Amino acid sequence: MLILFMIMIPLAGALAVWLIPSNSRRPLVLPVVASLHLVLVALALSQPLPEYLSAWIHLDAVGKLFLLEFSVLFSACAWYAVNYLKYRMERDNRVLCMGLQVCLSAMTLATVSHHMGLLWLAIETTTLAMAPLVYFNRNARSIEATWKYMLICSLGIALAFLGILFLAYSMVVTGLSPTLVLEVLQGQAPHLPPAWLKTAFILMLVGYGTKMGLAPMHTWKPDAYGEAPGLVGAMLAGGLANCGLLGLIRIYQICMVTDSHTFYSVTLIGMGLFSIAIAAIFLVHQTDIKRMLAYSSVEHMGLFAVALGLGGKALYGLMLHLIGNGLAKGVLFLSAGNIHRAFASKNRESARGALRRAPWTGAMFLAGFLAMTGSPPFLPFASEFAIFRAAFSQGRPVTGALVALLLMVAFLGMSLTVVPVVFGDPPKNRERTRFSETALLVAPPLALLVILGIIGIWLPEPLYQLVKEAAALLEVAR
Amino acid sequence: MNAASDQLLVLVLLINILILGTHRTTVAIRAMAAQGVILGLLPILLYSIQSHTLIITIFVLLAKGLFIPWLLLGALKKIDFGEDLQPLFGYSGNILAGAVATMLAFFFAAQLPLAPQHRDLLIVPAALATILTGFIALTSRRKAINQVVGYLMLENGIFIFGLLLTESMPLMVEAGALLDLIAGIFVMGIIIKQIGREFSSIDTSRMTALREVE
Repeated sequence: MLILFMIMIPLAGALAVWLIPSNSRRPLVLPVVASLHLVLVALALSQPLPEYLSAWIHLDAVGKLFLLEFSVLFSACAWYAVNYLKYRMERDNRVLCMGLQVCLSAMTLATVSHHMGLLWLAIETTTLAMAPLVYFNRNARSIEATWKYMLICSLGIALAFLGILFLAYSMVVTGLSPTLVLEVLQGQAPHLPPAWLKTAFILMLVGYGTKMGLAPMHTWKPDAYGEAPGLVGAMLAGGLANCGLLGLIRIYQICMVTDSHTFYSVTLIGMGLFSIAIAAIFLVHQTDIKRMLAYSSVEHMGLFAVALGLGGKALYGLMLHLIGNGLAKGVLFLSAGNIHRAFASKNRESARGALRRAPWTGAMFLAGFLAMTGSPPFLPFASEFAIFRAAFSQGRPVTGALVALLLMVAFLGMSLTVVPVVFGDPPKNRERTRFSETALLVAPPLALLVILGIIGIWLPEPLYQLVKEAAALLEVAR
Repeated sequence: MNAASDQLLVLVLLINILILGTHRTTVAIRAMAAQGVILGLLPILLYSIQSHTLIITIFVLLAKGLFIPWLLLGALKKIDFGEDLQPLFGYSGNILAGAVATMLAFFFAAQLPLAPQHRDLLIVPAALATILTGFIALTSRRKAINQVVGYLMLENGIFIFGLLLTESMPLMVEAGALLDLIAGIFVMGIIIKQIGREFSSIDTSRMTALREVE
């Protein structure tokens, strides 16, 4: 029942905002739905035996971890939206409020799906639900971004579907009756013809990789993240990109049981390193803060791919980084949204001196940047460190060194933009916007930041167990 | 599995080339609709008429044969600027690329380790050829609406491959995939109208505001 409620409540919320005529009251539904969802997630996670609806739909440790991250991030965005949308009263926010909730529902469905087709359906739905939200600003730039997002992501998701068909067909070729249930596939994977399985994996890597924003399929990402409102950016980077990762993890769970696991490892590491490298290059000289965050997302999605490829202890780091990356992206995009409102610009040439114009926001943007780039005491330090250590201890020192070097370049590149935006002198000749920091614009990202700080220093035992369990689910593979 | 389905698949391949070669968007969309109708007939031709295949047939006929073309033609009416935008490499270049892709598809399909009962069928080569030509149409066209037609062609190719699995795929997933496709095209249609309003053209190569400035 919990699972059903978690999926249905956001849908009911979407229906509610559709019916509410008032532009100012409508956003109030978001925090209500978010809180209910969060409570349900807490209940679902605290059950000793997680709910089992059917072979298709149940909650395992990996799903739990994703669900937790989605729900916490959505809560932050929902509370933030209430005040953010007050500044955007000129725009009708019905579609935005609906899209966010439909997306939450679909993301929840993705976390509980153990059927590759159903998972695909959920992920595709998140893409569609978010498309109108990227276009929230209704100008030439955002329409261009939306078109690229829609076309490239649809193409990617179509290829992933072809991959799923290949996967099913590989069972027909073997003479088995085809099924797309994850656990059954895992059991039979060693008997499947490697050629079909490999092709299926590549198609799904390209497909879900497009959704994650792995290079070279990342080209839509800076545009969409750059033109979408900050809170939509947070959901894209911490929600939708992770849905793509979840899809990749599921096919990984199937493929790694086979004898040709080295092929999959090497492919993932190669793809990941390439993404990190491309991101690092474009992070240097990036003047637009939201586009910068998009490349940072490409970088960290690359890191996820590398961690998957490394396997072993790196998987623990990956699962930890899932929380770390998701929440840190929330901090960064929400405070970037504030900066954008405060300066009416998201370019470092005009948006300078956030610390003076909006001190809380400036400080959070800086702290979020430090967290994202792996500075202690925040959680990503622990998770990235775990991935490095795994690379060196598992006999891939070159990979480890390359990742360390590229992350360093990315850190320096980002700091070239973050430092002037935070510490610079506010431009004098520009008109002052009516933006002022209110509790609801500061508290949500601050809460995420505090969480990142606390669990960076002291990981609560239940969370530690959950992360270990999730990593173990992927590791069984060999 | 019979000869009729193979002949229909040949027709699908011809429509692919027609879409690549035509400079009239309405022709491309109508050809797309015809392809959708053929696709809808295939499940009941390949497998006997049962409730499962019948539902798919009705669904596909309605979605790919009627509703999606209607959506696209409606969008086109609103934004017809009478532009004739040459695709990348011109129309003849496109037809040539489509022909090469079709040949490659046949060659590649012959190498695939297919199940014995599928070896002599046109399904796999036709699916691969349609996917490839769809990809060519998608990437070479400059008009947003023609890019959508390319995307639909690619989806049709995937559907053809799915015919091998019709009996084993749960109906829910197939219906869901089709619903998602409709919703996707619907959203794309809205965006195209907005592009037309914003740029007074649906030439996507004019959309160049977003790029890395160095």
